[in-house]
Formats: sequence, structure tokens, C-alpha cells
Amino acid sequence: MKSNSKKNRLNRFKVQGLLVFALVAFAAIIAGCGSSSDSDSGSKIALVAYSTPQTAYEDGIEPGFQGTDEGDGIDFSNSFGASGDQSRAVEAGQKADYVNFALETDVTRLVDAGKVADTWRDNKYKGIVTNSVVSLVVRPGNPEGIESFQDLIDKDVEVVTPNPFTSGGARWNIMAIYGAAINEGASPKEALDSVKAVLAKTPAQPESARVALQAFVGGAGDVLISYENEAIAAQTAGEDVEYVIPDDTILIEQPAAVTIDAAQSAQDFLDYNWTDAGQQIWQEQGYRSVNPALLDKEKFPVPSGLFTIEDFGGWDKVATDFFDEENGSIAKINQELGVEAE
Amino acid sequence: MSGEAQTVNPVAPPTGKPTRAGIRLPGVGESLNKGLVVTYLGLIVLLPLAAIATKAFEDGFGGFWDAVSSPQAFAALKLTVIASLIVVVINAIMGTLIAWVLVRDEFRGKGFVNSVIDLPFALPTIVASLTLLVVYGKDSPVGINIAFTQTAVVVALLFVTLPFVVRAVQPLLLSLDRDMESAAESLGAGKVRIFWRIIFPNLAPGIATGVALAFARALGEFGSLVLISGNVPFKTEVSSVFIRGQIESDNLVGASAVSVVLLATSLLLLACVTLAQRWGLRHDR
Repeated sequence: MKSNSKKNRLNRFKVQGLLVFALVAFAAIIAGCGSSSDSDSGSKIALVAYSTPQTAYEDGIEPGFQGTDEGDGIDFSNSFGASGDQSRAVEAGQKADYVNFALETDVTRLVDAGKVADTWRDNKYKGIVTNSVVSLVVRPGNPEGIESFQDLIDKDVEVVTPNPFTSGGARWNIMAIYGAAINEGASPKEALDSVKAVLAKTPAQPESARVALQAFVGGAGDVLISYENEAIAAQTAGEDVEYVIPDDTILIEQPAAVTIDAAQSAQDFLDYNWTDAGQQIWQEQGYRSVNPALLDKEKFPVPSGLFTIEDFGGWDKVATDFFDEENGSIAKINQELGVEAE
Repeated sequence: MSGEAQTVNPVAPPTGKPTRAGIRLPGVGESLNKGLVVTYLGLIVLLPLAAIATKAFEDGFGGFWDAVSSPQAFAALKLTVIASLIVVVINAIMGTLIAWVLVRDEFRGKGFVNSVIDLPFALPTIVASLTLLVVYGKDSPVGINIAFTQTAVVVALLFVTLPFVVRAVQPLLLSLDRDMESAAESLGAGKVRIFWRIIFPNLAPGIATGVALAFARALGEFGSLVLISGNVPFKTEVSSVFIRGQIESDNLVGASAVSVVLLATSLLLLACVTLAQRWGLRHDR
């Protein structure tokens, strides 16, 4: 060993140099990932949204905004994904100037984290940029003759709806079943029984709305509970499905907001959503306009028994009463169903 | 570059006492090299794992226990562990068989089959799930409908864990000295005896490694299950999807707690495998 120590030492340095280099490079990569994209001149809007409106933004709203005086020369960096995940990412530090979620509680999370001003609802449309309704997606020709949520219980059908605990957006579906029963005169307890009866008929509760649609198109179930805009998007994508809008169903309200640190351009972009031009683009993409005067009633018939989440006290209350994972009514229904299955 | 096969390859056959150590990374520092390795492992593996464990016990042991012993969490854990155990048993048998056929038999299209083995690794798991749903769903072209059942969970896990045992056993079979078998045969040993006394002990470390890896993967699997399993709580909801729900409900403590149980289970099996291997080695000598 000692006789060739000189050569060995040379080798040592080489190897060590390499190892040190590797580690430094590694550290640099990690550090680099952490501190990127902090330059903010206001000419680029970081948009973070739930997954469904991707096409609407990229092909409609963003080019539309860029065609206005305020939007001239403004660029976008887009991020789309599951609503809850996107909200948590922004909470954890992902750069966002403009956010759009499927559920109000995803904005509330950012208010609590100090990322969005608590005055975000103080505008004409209370922070809501698009509406939709919960619809029933059926096989071509509606062979089971599904017209209402009660039909899901009365008829011998299998129902697919996303798991309301993994998919925040699926909570609209649950509240639609609940509210429809209330509208028909059920007591809160009876309405929960209706929810339970529907959940008992689910062969699958996929993890997200997207996955649920895939499962349904792949042959699962007779009925899929889904947003009207999702159903329209599926049809546009060429899927062979139809959808029914029940007389009693819930109005889905999808909120958007700008973050506290966002430049004026993000606010301009948010405001553009509410212009006539912006709302028309949303309607073309399958969403209902939040402006009653603009609502295309041909394409989007207004159900006679339409209700809103406010009828049950708003999302903050509903999230606790229904969807608390330990004590919420729906968690309890899941447990009861689980016990019955054993 | 690195040491000899027997010092770095965990699936290498037991070849008796190593007569000499393999070459080592030269260094004034061996300690510095070790330091670098530890730092790297620390950043990539230990730190995140420690963070999960810390989070899981943030509300004390009581909070941890409440999270993992809730009926729904327990049902999900039970399904996950049982399905994973079934999967590794099937894998141990079928994986060894596949490796055997690929090494010992000659047939047309062998190269093709050999390369197909790894495909489940390359396929995005959600695509795997979608494919399984199409093939084994309601409109199954082969008439098998297992969608949204616990069987589907097992099948999806079998799909994504296929390569582990095959790839761990294959090199061992290739390097197996066939003279030993001939010798045993000439001494009058039957085929079954040759397999259990000569071949199996040589393959066992590979099978064990494959089983351990497959088990760990199966416990944490998410993507390939989301479509075909159905996710119905208490019936077909696996732990990873349950954890997804906990995260969606902003219950990070619960999510971490269940993850810690999965990690611990995986660690337990790894320990069992290691012990069994040692025990096996001692007995074979």
C-alpha cells in the first residue's frame, strides 16, 4: 500500500473532487428549485387553477384578455391540477397571482394563510367567476330514464360519484342529493338517508372528477354525478354520453381571486372575467354566466328547484357539519355503510 | 469504480466467506467519503422520513393512535396489507417461474417477452389503471369483470410489481453453476430434491429481495389503483387513497400517521426477510 501511495493520493483527490462536485451540484439544484421565478414585473401572471377550465383559459379567456388594452403584452404561466392540491401548493409557497378553484374552501385556505385578502368577496359577483349545476350523466338515450336524484334511489342503477373526501369538488354532488331531498320536503335526517341510499349504490367512488369520468366512460355504472360543465367538456371531447339536469339541483359557484402580492395586471385579468366578453367565453366553454342578464337560457336551462350552498349555511358550515372526516354526517354515513358491508 | 459484485449487489448469491475485500474508493478520506454518502442519504431519504414521523406524532401518541385506529383507516390498512401479502406470495412463485423460463427455456419471442417484463415500470400508473379497467371492467373483451372489487386491487398490484422478483432472480439463475445439478443428478437425486436442495437455496436471496421490494411498492401504490379499485370506503379503499382523503381534509397528522404505519410494516417485512436469509444461510452450511 505504501509503495504506491503517491499515485494513490492523486486518485484520492480526483475521486473526492468528484464527490464534492456532485454534492455541490446537488445542493445547487435544490437551492435553485427553491428560489426560482421570483422576478415579478407584472407582465406575467402566474395562474393557478383547478383542472377543468384549462382549455377555457388557454384557448379563450387568456387570449381574450391579451386582446384588451389592459392585457396587451401580458403573459401567463399556467398551472392546473386538482383544486385542493393547487390551493395547498399556493399555501405552501407556489407563486400565484390569480387563483381559480372548484370550491370556496380552497380560497378560504389561502385567506387563512394570509395569501389572499379577506375582502376577496367584496365585489359584484362575490368572488364567483363561473357557475354550473350538478347534473346526471347517463348512457346514450338515457336507457334507465333518469330524471332526478330520487330516481337514483328508486331505480335499479349503479351510481358513480367521486369520493367526497379525496375530491373536494365532489362535495357539490353530495350537497345536490341532500338539497334535492330537502326541496321535496324531506327532513334533514331523511335527506341524509337519501345521500346514504345513493352512496350505497356506488360500485366506485373515484379519487377525482376526472378519474370518475374515465371510469364511467370505461363502462362503470349507469349514472355519473358530475358538473354540467364537465359533462359538456366530455361531449366536446367526443365521449358518447348524455346529461340530464334535474329540476332540483344545486348551483355550483366557482370562485377566483388575486393574491395579496399580485400586480395590478392580475386584478385586471380577474375583472376581465366578469366583462360581457369574458362571460361569453366562459359560456362557450360550457360554464354558466354569473351575470343573469347574459345567461344563455337555451343552452343552460334554469332548473325550477335550483338551490345554492347558502341554503345550508355556506361552505364553512357545510364543510364542518357534513365533511369533517371524523364527525361530519358523510363520514358517519361511510362508517355505517362500512359496518353494514362487514 | 465500485466494489466487487458480492459487496455491492444485494441479490448476489451467497458464495461463502469472502476471501478478500473488494477494491475501495480511495480516499484520505474514507471518512469524508462516508460523510458525503451520509449527507446525500440524509437529504434525500432520512430527512423526509423523519419529517413524516415527526408530523405523525405531532399530537402525541394519542393523536397518532386515534388516526390509525379509526375504523376507516383500519379497514384501509387491513385491505392494503392483506392484498400486498397475497401479491408477494403470487409474485414469489410466478416471478421465479417466469425467470426460470426466461433463463432455461428457448422459445420464439423470448427476447420480446423478456423486454415486456419491465413495461409495467415504464407505464404511468394511471394509464395502467385505465388499461386494467378497459380489459377487466364491465365491457371486458375477455369476459372478466373484476372492476371495483378487492380482486381488482390485487390484480393491479400484481401488474405493477411484476418485475421485482423476476429481475432479482434472473441474474442468480444465469450465474447458477449447472455442474452442481449434474453432480446431484449423477448421485441419484430426484428433480424435486435437486430443486429444493440445490437450486432454491441459491435463488432464495433473490426471491427475498424481490418480495421485499414488491411488498414495499404494493403498500404505497396509488396511481394504478385509483381507477380500478373503486375507492369505496371500507370495501375497496386502500391506504394510499385514504391518505389522499386525509390530505384533502387538511389532516396532515392523520395522513402522516397512516404513512408511518405503512413504513413500519414495510420495515418489518424487510427485517423478516433479512432474518430468514441469515437463518437460511446458517442452515445451508
